[in-house]
Amino acid sequence: MGVSLKWNRAVRAQARPRLQFGLRGLSPAQRREARWGLIFISPWLIGFTLFYLMPMIASLIFSMHDFTLSAPEDARFVGLDNWNRMLFHDSNVWEGLRITFTFGTISLLIGMISAFMLAVLLNSKHLLARNVFRTLFYAPTMVPLIAAIVIWQRVLNPQTGWLNKIIELFGIDAVGVNGLRWLDDPNLVYFAYTFIGLWGIGNAVLINLAGLQGVPTELYEAAEIDGAGWGRRLWKITIPMVSPIIFYNLILNVLGLLQYFIVPWVLNQGNGYPEGTTRFYMVYFYKQAFTFQNMGYGAALAWLLFIVALLITLILFTTGRSWVYYSSEER
Amino acid sequence: MAKSPEKPLSSYQIARKRRNLLIQAGITLLALVVLSIYTMPLGYGVMTSLKTKDQASDPQGPVLPSEAVQYEYEGEMYDVVYVPTDAGLQQWALIKPTRRVSQFIDINNPDAGIIEWEGNWRALEPVFETSFKWGNYKEAWETIEFLKLLKNTFIYAFVTMIGTLVASALVAYGFARFKFPFRNTLFIVMISTIILPPAVTLVPTYAFFVQVLDWGGTWLPLIVPQMFGNAYNVFLLRQYFMTIPRELDDAAKIDGAGPMRTFLSVILPQAVPALTAVALFHFFFAWNDFFGPLIYLAGSRDLRPITVGLTEFNGLYRTEPQLILAAATISMILPLTIFFIAQRVFIQGIVITGVDK
Repeated sequence: MGVSLKWNRAVRAQARPRLQFGLRGLSPAQRREARWGLIFISPWLIGFTLFYLMPMIASLIFSMHDFTLSAPEDARFVGLDNWNRMLFHDSNVWEGLRITFTFGTISLLIGMISAFMLAVLLNSKHLLARNVFRTLFYAPTMVPLIAAIVIWQRVLNPQTGWLNKIIELFGIDAVGVNGLRWLDDPNLVYFAYTFIGLWGIGNAVLINLAGLQGVPTELYEAAEIDGAGWGRRLWKITIPMVSPIIFYNLILNVLGLLQYFIVPWVLNQGNGYPEGTTRFYMVYFYKQAFTFQNMGYGAALAWLLFIVALLITLILFTTGRSWVYYSSEER
Repeated sequence: MAKSPEKPLSSYQIARKRRNLLIQAGITLLALVVLSIYTMPLGYGVMTSLKTKDQASDPQGPVLPSEAVQYEYEGEMYDVVYVPTDAGLQQWALIKPTRRVSQFIDINNPDAGIIEWEGNWRALEPVFETSFKWGNYKEAWETIEFLKLLKNTFIYAFVTMIGTLVASALVAYGFARFKFPFRNTLFIVMISTIILPPAVTLVPTYAFFVQVLDWGGTWLPLIVPQMFGNAYNVFLLRQYFMTIPRELDDAAKIDGAGPMRTFLSVILPQAVPALTAVALFHFFFAWNDFFGPLIYLAGSRDLRPITVGLTEFNGLYRTEPQLILAAATISMILPLTIFFIAQRVFIQGIVITGVDK
């Protein structure tokens, strides 16, 4: 293309310095590239501004207002009143967090260990028809969550459900009114919810599996020559080698569990049954924000959840440095 | 291991082979057992969905969908039970139960007339025959108005799938192929939106959609935000676009193609597997979406998707487990079918997002 054209473009660029923010000091070709890049990512830039950045700021502002959606004209600035109430005067908040953490810990441990062991099983070179097994083990993850909850609700029924009948086959008294009342017994309900969650571990299994396949076989051969048994190889080679993947699963799981909502909602409309053990934090948030339409207090609750999530993520990343092994990292 | 001399080697090999076979059988068996327990609820759901209402809630009922056998005698229907006799267990119809001596008819030999039998008839086991109540599916389909739910879910899934696919592909192309200021920062910001709990943005977004735009009770608040691409999809597509050789772009450039043209005629055709994976992920996401429809479509019965419809159905029809389970089974047929057909693309997509980081 001609020199004059190029020059023209340069002049135009100088005439609109604000639009060219950050593009100064680039050659015209680089500038053109940058412009195209920004054009292509503009949908995300717009979406991010409209649905992330602005709502986040708005949410913070909301949290300092007394604002009910049914009476928006009565909205007024209350400073940190909502925060004060949330942190120091509302026992539901801490109860919700405690319940979420208790259940989260149980569910996280069982879920992650199951996903890892299942991946080890599906990666075993001794397993016949491996691909068939992989597909079948993933299938329950494809069952829509609501359908899964509805089915599990009845599988866990103490009288008619199959789970207790199967347990009974092993000689344990499970069926009946005095049996294992999974969803009604405060001591069992978190395990029951965890079982429902186990139908969602498919993605974690697949990612673990990919990680296991990436472990160099020489390591195992060397260990075998040194006389290391299966358990030792698992502990000393496999787990360290796939620790980045375990870490990734851990982060995703923790973030998901902090926002645990759908299962208690579908099972008992968030009424906390049995004995208030299922009053999860998000259930309380939902009630404040959408049942009572308390936008100000709801926003404060949401921000607290965000802060907690951020803190946990930070802690995990900090401690992760000591146990997550990145083979490409130079130390 | 290869230090044994030639002759004992073969016997060693045989032993090794046998041992391997044993391990193989053991591990495969273990996988089978775990799989059956893991997928047992599916079997339970399908079985119970084919039972009668009574059978579905009968703790003693048989595993397979069954019905108590009845026998017609002189225009009346009677229950058939197993009666222990000298000639072994017989199937007799219970005509007249009394406490000590009851009257029966042998259903295989009704001409023999009334047989009297001494013993407590209450201790007798009823005779069942398998019988699948396919009608439950029809009833569930009609009661829950499945066609309407299906239509709503489909429209929602399809429209947002197209939207997010177009937007995510454009954004991914921008991040994969162009240098611009703050590219890495913006990319990290985008990825970190994954850890942001949706609750934080939800309250003002909800207030804005419902109060300012008056979009409550419509699909718009659910559809519009998905027209701008999302972090997971962009990430997956970017990773894939980066594996497409740049020489292809350059060749197109020499032929005079601009960035948009290159995107449409070089990048997109090369990235069909990744695009399919994203489309599938989104489809499943939309099929499962619950929270959004729950808050925005509250009260608009005609607009509900399957998830919300099924939840309500579950609450209202507690006493009809067979219908609820039939509805649940219907709702999972499509996702499972698509998964079994497209599993390869699907699984690769999950692995790319999970492992590459």
